[in-house]
Amino acid sequence: MNTLIFRTFAPFITGLMVVFSIFILLRGHNEPGGGFIGGLIAASAFAIYGIANGVPPVRRAIYFHPHSIAGFGLLLAALAGIPSMVAGVPYLTALWTYPVIGNVEVALSTPLFFDIGVYLVVVGAITGIALSLEERHRG
Amino acid sequence: MAGKSSKVIDTSGVLVEANVQLVDYLIIAPILIPIIFGAILLMMRRSDEWTKSGVNLSAYVACFGIALMTLASFALLLRVNAQGPITMTMGRWLPPFGISFSVDKLGALLTFVGSFVALMGAIYSTADAKVIDRRFGFYPFLLLMMAGVSGAFLTGDIFNLYVWFEVLLISSFGLIVLGSEKKQLDGTMKYAFLNLVATTMFLIATGYLYGLLGTLNMADIAMKLQNYDGDGPVRTIAVLYIAAFSMKAAAFPLNFWLPASYHTPRIVVSALFAGLLTKVGIYSLLRVAVMLFSFEREFLSIGIAWLAGATMLVGVLGALAQNDIRRILGYLVISGIGTMLAGIYVATVPGLSGVIVYTVHSMLTMTALYLVAGMIGKISGSFDLREVGGLYAVSPMLSAVFFVLCLAIAGLPLTSGFWGKFILVKATLEVEGAQWLALIILVSGFLTTIAIFRIWIFAFWRGGPSGTPDGKENYQNNILDDKYKLTASLVIGVLTGAILLIGFMPEWLLSYSADAAQSLLFPNDYIESVFGKEAL
Amino acid sequence: METALSILSGLFFIVSIYLLLSKYVIRVLLGVALLGNAVNLLIFTAGRLTREVPPIIPSHLDVPAVATANPLPQALILTAIVISFSFFAFLLVLSFRAYQDLKSDDTETLRFAEPKNEPTPPLGY
Repeated sequence: MNTLIFRTFAPFITGLMVVFSIFILLRGHNEPGGGFIGGLIAASAFAIYGIANGVPPVRRAIYFHPHSIAGFGLLLAALAGIPSMVAGVPYLTALWTYPVIGNVEVALSTPLFFDIGVYLVVVGAITGIALSLEERHRG
Repeated sequence: MAGKSSKVIDTSGVLVEANVQLVDYLIIAPILIPIIFGAILLMMRRSDEWTKSGVNLSAYVACFGIALMTLASFALLLRVNAQGPITMTMGRWLPPFGISFSVDKLGALLTFVGSFVALMGAIYSTADAKVIDRRFGFYPFLLLMMAGVSGAFLTGDIFNLYVWFEVLLISSFGLIVLGSEKKQLDGTMKYAFLNLVATTMFLIATGYLYGLLGTLNMADIAMKLQNYDGDGPVRTIAVLYIAAFSMKAAAFPLNFWLPASYHTPRIVVSALFAGLLTKVGIYSLLRVAVMLFSFEREFLSIGIAWLAGATMLVGVLGALAQNDIRRILGYLVISGIGTMLAGIYVATVPGLSGVIVYTVHSMLTMTALYLVAGMIGKISGSFDLREVGGLYAVSPMLSAVFFVLCLAIAGLPLTSGFWGKFILVKATLEVEGAQWLALIILVSGFLTTIAIFRIWIFAFWRGGPSGTPDGKENYQNNILDDKYKLTASLVIGVLTGAILLIGFMPEWLLSYSADAAQSLLFPNDYIESVFGKEAL
Repeated sequence: METALSILSGLFFIVSIYLLLSKYVIRVLLGVALLGNAVNLLIFTAGRLTREVPPIIPSHLDVPAVATANPLPQALILTAIVISFSFFAFLLVLSFRAYQDLKSDDTETLRFAEPKNEPTPPLGY
């Protein structure tokens, strides 16, 4: 697996896949996609990087420990339901707002933050498992 | 959901219109609080490096989170006690389309006792968990497991119950394997595979139920099954559910995973598992076998009676044949599960209230017993009956506390165990042709007395381990450090105090559990809280 | 169509139970993976099958114009897939670790937690 071609291309593939995963995450509300599938794509990007260059570079590249990323995602997803408390509706009710930023109407909603939370949970958990398996395989 | 320019749609038929009060958020608070704190703790995995003095920050955060959860579930208990069942449906979708969380008296009581027990475990672990355990996530797993436990107690949707089962299972996998000793890896394998099969069976039953009724909301299922005739498929589903939950609760003949795994992890993990996890199985049996499949009871009951009798006897006979104190306790957990199953077989108001009282008692007692076993292990360096001894001289107070716990698990007076067994035996005697089951409850109680007092005699009463002359010469026990001693004594003292309190003043618990049993058997107010008055 | 899928799901169950009964952990793992698929197929079939009518409401309507496929079983299966995937990942890591540390994947020799021939407990002291 550790050929020159693969090692040279792996960073580009990884970068491309991470960008694509964010695209998939953001289009998820109305079209196929969403946090879970986006997270899987991002996690496999990190796994590819790990196969090509070894696990330590991946851990350095994502900076935070995968479990911490998953924890932050869980926190974000849980907190995404809290605004409903203020609005007097049941937990996790979708609330929308449409601020105009520089002449562009941006649709912001609580499901968006929930989905970002799911994305981070999946990225963290799957990357953690994949990296520990790769480490074990080498060591 | 296009932009804000989209036309107005009449949503009164699909969305909950009523305004949700802030206090209604109590329903999900016992789930939300541990999730949020668990997530924070996941991010704090290196917190012991932040503080130079070695202050264990994540332990305090975890204790604070569980304390908050206990407070919230206590407030929920008071509210349910005053108002009857309450429901909140996620995402504002009208039930049965949205996922409902419905709390009745049973769920509220078990949530409160469960989080109380977890609080005790968390406080105990502040003095016991090693740094390496904290790094590998003891506290986040504990908090997420508690989210799963209270989610299972509070949800009103059967598929959601499955999801909470999985949440608590996967965190319990993390807890049980923490430390990765050889024994643990072996125990975890058995625990993980068998529990996986049990939850898969649960999922199969849920799939069939959905195919049959087209709904997953428990109140809706209860209503639809009341008017359902043609019992072939319903029986299959009921049997699958009972098999799945009794496997989860470690009932005979699917009990072998429990004694194979519960003695392997850290003692606080064993204590919490014994106190909480099998009880989730019993709760689900109450919810599904009693509330949902009530009309199938006649067909199912004799099977449950046999299961109950066999579980009691197998548990207590297994306990008599063990050397390891933790394994003795593991078998006693199984025997207690059998006692609860006997009440589920009876399924009258007194029988079910006996189950509820006994469940509460068992949560408190099993946790306390495991924690005391942890202390025994620390002092004498072994959990083996042959290698312990002379502890009365080390700590008369601990031996007194253990004596009370022995009375409790054997179901003798002064303690909470007496009331649970008393009501259960009385209710069983009232059923025509079930006297033999009452006899088995009494016999297993007698054998439990022998099994548990043998620990007391060997560990506390005699002068030293086997081989030493009984005058304790040349025999030295370990000295505990002060912090551990103080924390463990506090936790065990509070748990024993709760057991004695129920033993001396059972009135409130008895009347509350009778009400809970009443609303399990006749779930009209439960259904009303989900669908409103006009549905009935 | 339901009949065919029921039979297929039954076949999955047969194979997975056969594998689960094996005494080698690796086969049990494969059995677990198949069991998850069998259950998903079962839920899918239990939710009734409708061909080629996705449950999407056209933009000019409030409710779907014709009877559509049932989206709920798909949501249930998605949840079940995620859960069984994470379980499988955990069990895979666990079995691999156990294989490395305990040097065996034969359940007959995996008796570290419950050793064979334990002495009987003391009968008196």
